[in-house]
Amino acid sequence: MTALTAAPIVDLARPRAGRWYRQPALVAGLALTGAILIMAIAAPLLTSYGPTTQDLTATLQGPSAHHLLGTDDLGRDTWTRLLYGARVDLRVAFLAVLIPFCLGTLLGCLAGYFGGWVDQVIMRLVDIVVAFPFYVLIIALVFVLGPGERSIYIAIAAVGWVSYARIIRGEILVAKRQEYVLAARSGGLPTRRIIGRHVLPNVITQAIVYALSVDMVQDILAIVTLGYLGLGIPPPAADWGSMIAAGQNFITTHWELSFIPGIAVVVTGLGLSLIGDGLADVLRPGQS
Amino acid sequence: MARMSFILHRLLLLVPVAVGVTIIVFFMIHLIPGDPARTILGLHATPHAIAELHREWGLNRPLASQYWLFLDRLVHGDLGQSLYYQTPARELIFSRVPVTVWLIVYAAVLAIVISVPLAMLAASRKNGVRDQAVRAIPLVGLGMPQFLTGIVLIYLFALRLKLFPVGGYGSGLGGHLRSMFLPSLTVAIGLAPVIIRSLRASMLEVLGSDYVTTARSKGVHGSRLLIRHVLRNAVIPAVTVLGINIGFLVGTTLIVENVFAIPGIGQLMIQSIFARDFPVVQGVTLVFGVIVVLVNLLTDVAYTALDPRVRFGR
Repeated sequence: MTALTAAPIVDLARPRAGRWYRQPALVAGLALTGAILIMAIAAPLLTSYGPTTQDLTATLQGPSAHHLLGTDDLGRDTWTRLLYGARVDLRVAFLAVLIPFCLGTLLGCLAGYFGGWVDQVIMRLVDIVVAFPFYVLIIALVFVLGPGERSIYIAIAAVGWVSYARIIRGEILVAKRQEYVLAARSGGLPTRRIIGRHVLPNVITQAIVYALSVDMVQDILAIVTLGYLGLGIPPPAADWGSMIAAGQNFITTHWELSFIPGIAVVVTGLGLSLIGDGLADVLRPGQS
Repeated sequence: MARMSFILHRLLLLVPVAVGVTIIVFFMIHLIPGDPARTILGLHATPHAIAELHREWGLNRPLASQYWLFLDRLVHGDLGQSLYYQTPARELIFSRVPVTVWLIVYAAVLAIVISVPLAMLAASRKNGVRDQAVRAIPLVGLGMPQFLTGIVLIYLFALRLKLFPVGGYGSGLGGHLRSMFLPSLTVAIGLAPVIIRSLRASMLEVLGSDYVTTARSKGVHGSRLLIRHVLRNAVIPAVTVLGINIGFLVGTTLIVENVFAIPGIGQLMIQSIFARDFPVVQGVTLVFGVIVVLVNLLTDVAYTALDPRVRFGR
C-alpha cells in the first residue's frame, strides 16, 4: 500500500502547491535566503554604524564587543558593511534577472512560434552573443557604458537574455504541435492571445526554474566579480566584491577581511541554488 | 572525404557568427555615451587631439562606411594604436596571447584530471555515500566566485604552506608549470562540477548498456571494467561538455589572471580599462571572441576523430 501512495501518478493527480514544504532543499534554501534578505532589509536596526563611516583611530581591529567582525583599514565596521553590501548586491541581482527574463522570453516566443526568418535572425543573434565569454562581454559593456548600477543592468540584460530565448524557443517548438494550440487556432483566436494565454503559461515554468536556480546565482557572482575587479558599484558604497578586493591587500595579516564577505557570497549562492533545486522538483515532478 | 566536407560545412557556418562578432566589437565605440573621442581622451583633451581621433577612427563618416573602414583595417591586422603605450594594439595583445593559451590548456587538463576519477567514484556505486558526496560538490561549487577560490588557494598553498608562488607567470617550462598551477587549479575547480555531473550521467548510461553486461558475464569487473570498457566511451561526452563550456573556461581565465597577476590578455583587458585605452580593450574583446569560436570548431573536429560513429550529416 505504501508503494502505491508513493507512486508519481498520485502526486500528479493532486494539486502541486501545498506540497512544497515537503522538499527539504526548498525549505532550507528559503530559510537561508529569507534570513539573508531580512538581515539586509533590517540593516539599520542591526548595527549602530554607517556603512561608509570611517574611524581612523580604530583600523584593522579584530572582533570585539564594539565591532562584531572587526574593522577594515579605514576603521569601517565589517559587520555593517556586510549588511549594507547584501542590500546592494541582492537588489542588483534580483533586478538584473528580471530584464533578461522578459526580453529572452519574448524573443524566444517569437522565434519558436513563428519560425522561418524570425527564428533565423533571433537564433543567429544568440550564436553571436554566445561566441563571447560571459564575463568578457559584460566587462566590455560596463566599460563602454561607464561605471554605475545602470550599466550593470544593461550589460547583464544584453548577455543574459540568450539562455531564456533558447529555453522558451525549445519548449514552444514542442508545445505548438499539440492539440490545444490547434484548437485555439481553429477557434480563430488572434495569435497574440494564443501565445499569451495558451502557450506561454505552459512553457514559462522552465524559464522560471532557470531564473531562480542558475541565473540568479550567476548574476550575484557577476556583480561581486565586477566589484572585485573595481568595475562594480562605485566606492565608497559597501559591496561584497570590493570588500574582498580591499581585504586582499591585508591577506597575510588579516585574512578575515576577504574571507568574511567571501563566505557571505557562498552562503547566498548556496541558499539560492537550494531554492532552485527544490523548486525544480516541485514544478517539474518526475523530471530531473 | 566525408570528414573534409563536414569541416568545410562547419567553416561555412562560422561566417555569419564571425561577421556578427566583428559588428558587436565595432559597435562598442558607439555605445560610449556622448562624444566617444572626448570621453576616451578625458577632460583635459585638446580640441586638436579630439579632432585627430575623429579622423583616425572615421567617426564623422556614415556608420556603414565606418564599419567598412574597421573591417578593412582588421583584415590587414590593424587593431589600432594603443592610447596608453603608443604602440600598435596588435603587438601588445599578441605578445600576451600565449600566456592566456597556456592557462586555458593547463586548466582544461587539470579539470579532466580532477573530474574523471571523481565521476568514476560516483558512478561506481549509484546513490552510495560517495555518489552523494560527489553530487553535493556542484551545489557549493557553483555558488563560489572564481576569484574567491583563487584567494583561498593563494592563502593556503602560497602564503601558509609556501608550496607555490603567489602569482606571476614564471620562467622556463618548469617555472610556468609551477607558477601557473594554482591559477589553473582555480579555473579547473570552477569547471569540474559541470564536467563531473555530465560524465557521471554518461558513465551510468554506459554501465547499463549491453556490452558492459557482456563484459561482466565474461568475468571482467572492478577497475578493469571501468577503465577499459566504460571510461573510453564515457570520455567523449566529457570532451563535448568541455567544448560547450569553453566560453566559461576562457571567461574565467580573464578573472583568474587578475587575481594571480598573470600577464595574459585578461590582465591586459582590465589594465587597459583603467587606463581608458579603448583600442586595446576593443582588440582583446575581439581576440576573446575569436578564441572561443576557434576552440568550438576544434572541439567539433576532435569529436569526429574521437568517435568514429559520428555521422557527417547536418
